[in-house]
Amino acid sequence: MKNRLKVLRAERNWSQSDLAEKLEVSRQSVNAIETGKYDPSLPLAFRIAELFGLAIEEIFMRD
Amino acid sequence: MQSAAQSGSLRVAASSPRRRYHQRLGSAMAVYVASLFVAKYLISRNLVDGPVVWVLGLLPGLAVIGAFYAIAMLMVEQKDEFIRMLIVRKTLIGTAIALSLATVWGFLENFGLVSHVDAYWVAVIWFLGFGIGGLVNRITHGASGEGC
Repeated sequence: MKNRLKVLRAERNWSQSDLAEKLEVSRQSVNAIETGKYDPSLPLAFRIAELFGLAIEEIFMRD
Repeated sequence: MQSAAQSGSLRVAASSPRRRYHQRLGSAMAVYVASLFVAKYLISRNLVDGPVVWVLGLLPGLAVIGAFYAIAMLMVEQKDEFIRMLIVRKTLIGTAIALSLATVWGFLENFGLVSHVDAYWVAVIWFLGFGIGGLVNRITHGASGEGC
């Protein structure tokens, strides 16, 4: 699954650690999601969407 | 200042499952080493007999079960879903390696092709496989599963 997490994070000048802290996950998790190595669960996807004020499908899209 | 404090508390909270894992694993290993030493010393010199030999013989194995329990609790307590997945992956890799080797060796031993190996080596192989699983995770997912 593709995602726009890296772009959205960069727009806000957040580091991976900043985003990890806001989501209460590890920096490795943020890195794995950004690089497409891990697809987050639905609850975490909702938390990410809520943080950026977007709908899930505006952040995550099918390959 | 408040942000730094919040950040600090977050880091402490996030690291606690791993800290508890290391505490549990350290305790289990300390009991293992001590019980193995005492059991070997007392039993090999025939200083104990009867049920005491059974109790001493069981203690090192029970301590290793404590190490398995530490890993199980790390999975249960880990709140980070990605790290938890990595721990599950390396547990499965360790299990696959240990069970496969034990099964193949068992048949080879049964047919008289290889010498007897004590069953506790399965646990040793499992921990080696658990470590190999961490390496596989690092290659495939960029992290071994040690975080948090």
